[in-house]
Formats: sequence, structure tokens, C-alpha cells
Amino acid sequence: MPLLEVDSLTIEYLARRGNIRAVDDVSLSLEKGETLGLVGESGSGKSTLGLSLLRLVPYPGVIVDGRIRIDGTDILNLSEEEMRFIRGRKVSFVFQDPMTSLNPVKKIGDHFVELIRTHEPTISEEEALKRAEKILNDLGILPERINDYPHQFSGGMRQRIMIALAIALNPDLVIADEPTTALDVIVQAKILDLLKSLRDEYGMALILITHDLSIVLERCDKIIVMYAGQMVEYTDSTILHRNPRHPYTRGLLRSIPNIELADQKLEAIPGSPPDLLNPSEGCRFWPRCSYAMKICQEKDPPLIDAEHGHLVRCFLYGGTQP
Amino acid sequence: METRRSILASFLPDLASLTKRGLAGWITLIGLGLVTSIVLMTFLAPWISPHDPSAINVGPQFCPPNGQFPLGTNHLGQDMLSRVLSGGSIMLQVAVLSVFICLMIGVPIGLLASYAGGKLDKLCSLMMDSIYAFPALVLAIAIAAMLGTGVVNMALAIAVVYVPSYFRIVRSQVLTIKELLYTEAARAAGARGRTILLRYILPNVVPSVVVVASVNFADAILTAAGLTFVGLGVAKDIPDWGWDLTDGRALLPSGAWWVITFPGIMIVLLALGFTLIGEGLSELLNPRLEQ
Repeated sequence: MPLLEVDSLTIEYLARRGNIRAVDDVSLSLEKGETLGLVGESGSGKSTLGLSLLRLVPYPGVIVDGRIRIDGTDILNLSEEEMRFIRGRKVSFVFQDPMTSLNPVKKIGDHFVELIRTHEPTISEEEALKRAEKILNDLGILPERINDYPHQFSGGMRQRIMIALAIALNPDLVIADEPTTALDVIVQAKILDLLKSLRDEYGMALILITHDLSIVLERCDKIIVMYAGQMVEYTDSTILHRNPRHPYTRGLLRSIPNIELADQKLEAIPGSPPDLLNPSEGCRFWPRCSYAMKICQEKDPPLIDAEHGHLVRCFLYGGTQP
Repeated sequence: METRRSILASFLPDLASLTKRGLAGWITLIGLGLVTSIVLMTFLAPWISPHDPSAINVGPQFCPPNGQFPLGTNHLGQDMLSRVLSGGSIMLQVAVLSVFICLMIGVPIGLLASYAGGKLDKLCSLMMDSIYAFPALVLAIAIAAMLGTGVVNMALAIAVVYVPSYFRIVRSQVLTIKELLYTEAARAAGARGRTILLRYILPNVVPSVVVVASVNFADAILTAAGLTFVGLGVAKDIPDWGWDLTDGRALLPSGAWWVITFPGIMIVLLALGFTLIGEGLSELLNPRLEQ
């Protein structure tokens, strides 16, 4: 049984102007210890998808259709109280901005005590602090700094503290939503490698949400590329790297600088994503696509198995015949 | 417990270090000094007053300030110095009580309404705004007239008028904080709504509430003086600066300036003290100004 199973999940934001479909019919599955990269630009629905796995889609977002199973349990049917025990213990979340993710009036240690005792009330404060010290030490933060306040740490250190909090209860799945966007490049690489090594060490599954395809290519087993709420490509990262199929993915790969190609021309994808309030007929990507055909403007392409489970949402790989 | 102590410690930085925090530190310190000395003076009045403040004919009537009666006497021959020394007692009681009532009502309602949002928030905001729309003193006089005289009634009348200030500041803070990532992170870590409200939101609201409360002390003092001045305060036989203002105003045409001047100065100093504390604290507790 896979650890996480998402089945034709659809999430809409019920805005005043109408319903915005932020996540459109997404299905995926994740085994224990696997890493998944969720790539897409702003507004592609990747963060909404990540938050929905904890049932924390912000208001006015609503999961209108589909199923999310964690360890076989359908979390959409759980009560709020039962859901609390999944959050933080089975599935934990690392947010984008480490500068505001910690409560400014609480010491680092208190964050751990609160988290651990929320889920394991029998543990004493001393024991929880001891555990916190050990985890912090593993992540390269001096245990004696447990009595410091968040503002006494740098951004990179705070993100390490957030990760320490995320793994404190040994969850099965950690979801990291752009964990390095607010950090500089060197710290970024360190944090990402840290997440990967923790995966190897603690055996947890990891979902890495990012807008930067290059950072997930080498660190994730599988990659989902999202565009305008839809999954446009879903395959192993090695295959994606070698043989990207969707024109959008190709565009993304071409826009990553490569140090070995001296005369490489970086290409941007022209245009901007569609308005999800009134998506036009046909493929969401066709106005920006250099391969666009007539059918692309008329019909929404289905998700096609191009080769051994390499899923692509594009008419270039079939699906033109009904 | 540890957390609560550390929060308190951050609100009440030790007095010596205040002098090193620039102008805001000095302002706070001066305010604290003014308030403390007036409170001490009022508290010690029974022992340091040269005469019984209520006793009449301890001296001649309308005696201007002199060696025997440093602040003069009024039309009943009461010693003004003794009256100034003890006349703040009612006002201070009323101010403390009304601020306490405001805190007990305004803060919880503000927290709950803005955290819950929706209809409850709209309803509470509407109620608070409609109270806020009245001129403070007029509303306080109206309520005090309904409730009658006495310390508790005065405090209630003042509390009703100032509850909206607390509600508003708490609400605006909660609306900001509840969108911040650390409350979201707490929820993602499985924290209860109650925990988020009490451990994550409330402690971050407290600094603003402290500032509002200390400024509100000054307002309460002035309103209490106003209520007594128009005769809605306490009984006439209790020495009070407000009563002395009433008497002093009537005596002013006859040239007895000292009856109204000294109690008036005391009210101004006390209100000034609380205002200075409030202004100083709002600078000191403002995290954006911290280096």
C-alpha cells in the first residue's frame, strides 16, 4: 500500500468573481521513503496541492472532488480532531519563509515542547527538550541555543529549526513548500542536501514543492510538473531530465543555465499563465506553446501514458483520436 | 510558565536600562516617576496630611497660601494641602477598576471575534463602532447618570466608553497575526484552535494592549474628574480633586485662585504621567524600531 494516494483531486477557490480551479484532477501516489518534486510557477496550484494533503487549504478554498489517502485512511472523511493527529506527526510541513514561521515570543525549545506534547502528552518537558537538543544537534545547531528566541537566528538557521520541528515526531511524510526560496543560493543548497540526507537517514517520504526545476532534478525520485492547476508531466526525474516530453517542461529545462555549455542561449517561455477564472477552451498552455496545433485550441488534452508510465498532457503524444 | 515570565520580563525592562534606550526610555521613566509619586502621595495621605481633609474650619475661610496653610483654604475653611494630598484616591481607584474591566471585556471579545471571523466579528465590530461613535465624556456622563454615583458605577461608565479601543487594537492585531506563517505552521503541526489563540496570538497582542491600557489610564483619570466635576462621581464629603474643581470654579470670581489651581495641576500631572508611560512604551515595544 502506498503511503500517499491522491485520486483525481480537484480544489477550487470560491472567490467572489467565480470559482477558480486551482488544482484540477490531480492523481499521484508516493511510496514510503520516496521523494517527489512538485514543480510549477506561481499560481500553478502546487502549494494548494501541498496544503490539501494536511487539509489546510486556505479559505475560501474547497476540495470539491477526489480522495486523499494517507496509509490507506481517507483523510477527507476524518474529523478535525482526528486530523490534528495526522498533522505534525504523520505528515509535517515546512513553510516557505523561515523568518515568520516561528513564534517570535517563544523560545526555540518551547516550540519543540509544544509540538511534542501536543502529540505525546505523557512526555515531560525535560524529555521533550532533550529530544529537541538531539535533533537540533543533528541539524548542526548547537543544543545550548535551545533557550534563544527566533530573532537571534539567521534565516538559514531558522529554516533548519523548522526542518528539525518537521522531523521531531518522525513523520512518514514531510512536505516542504519552497523551503529555500527566501534563502541565498549557498544556504539553499545546504538545506536541500540536508533534507535529502534526512530522507536517507530517517526513511521518510519527501514532497519538495518548488518553482525551480533544476533543484529537484537531482534530488527527487519522481517529478510532477504542474501548469495552471493541471499535471502536465509526471515521471521519474532521470527520465524527465533525459527526455522531457511536454513543451512546457522542455521550456523550463531550456531556461536553466548550464555551466558546460559555453554558448548556451537561455530561452524564456513567452507569455504568462492563463486566468484560471475563465480558462479558455483547449489546452491551457497552447497560447505559449511553439508546437501548438489546431486541436490544441479546441480540446483539453488528456493525460497520456507516453511510455512506461511517463504521463504527459499533450496532443503531440496521441489522444487526438477520440 | 517559563514563557509567561520571559514575556513579562520583556515588557518591564529593568528601570536602569531605560535610560539607555534614548528619548522613549526617558519619557517612560518620567511618566513612571510622576505616577508612582502621586500614587505614593495619595496612599500616604492619612499619615502626612497636616489636617483632616474633610474637617471644616481648621483655618480661616479663603485664606491664601501662607506658612500655616501652604496651599491656602477654601470657603469652608478646609486645608487645601490636605485635600490635594488625599484627593486622588477615588480617581485612582476608578481608573484602575475601569481599565481592569476594559481588559477583561475588550481583550477576550476582540480575540474571539476576530479569530472566529464571519458574522460574530461583524456583529461585535458594529456594536463597538457604535459605542465609539459617541463623544466619550458625553456617553460616560449619560451612563453614570443612569447608574448613579459611587466608585464602581463610575468605573463601569468609563469602561463602557473605552472598551472599543481595546477591542479595536486587539482585533487589528489578531487579523494580522492570524495570517502570519507561524500560526499556520502551528496549525500544520496539529495545534488546537485554543492553543493557537492563547499561545501564539495572545502573547503577540499583549504589547499593544499594554500601550492602550496605559494611555487609557490617562483618559480614565480625566473622565473620572469630569464625572465628579458635574456631580456624578462620589459623595460630596469624600475629598476629591474633581469636587475641588467644582468648588474652585465657583470661588474663582472672588479671587481665590488657589482652590482650583492645585487640584487641577494634580489631575494634569497624573494624566500626563500615564500618557508619558503609554507613549514611551509604544516606542519601546515597537519591534520595528528595535535595532
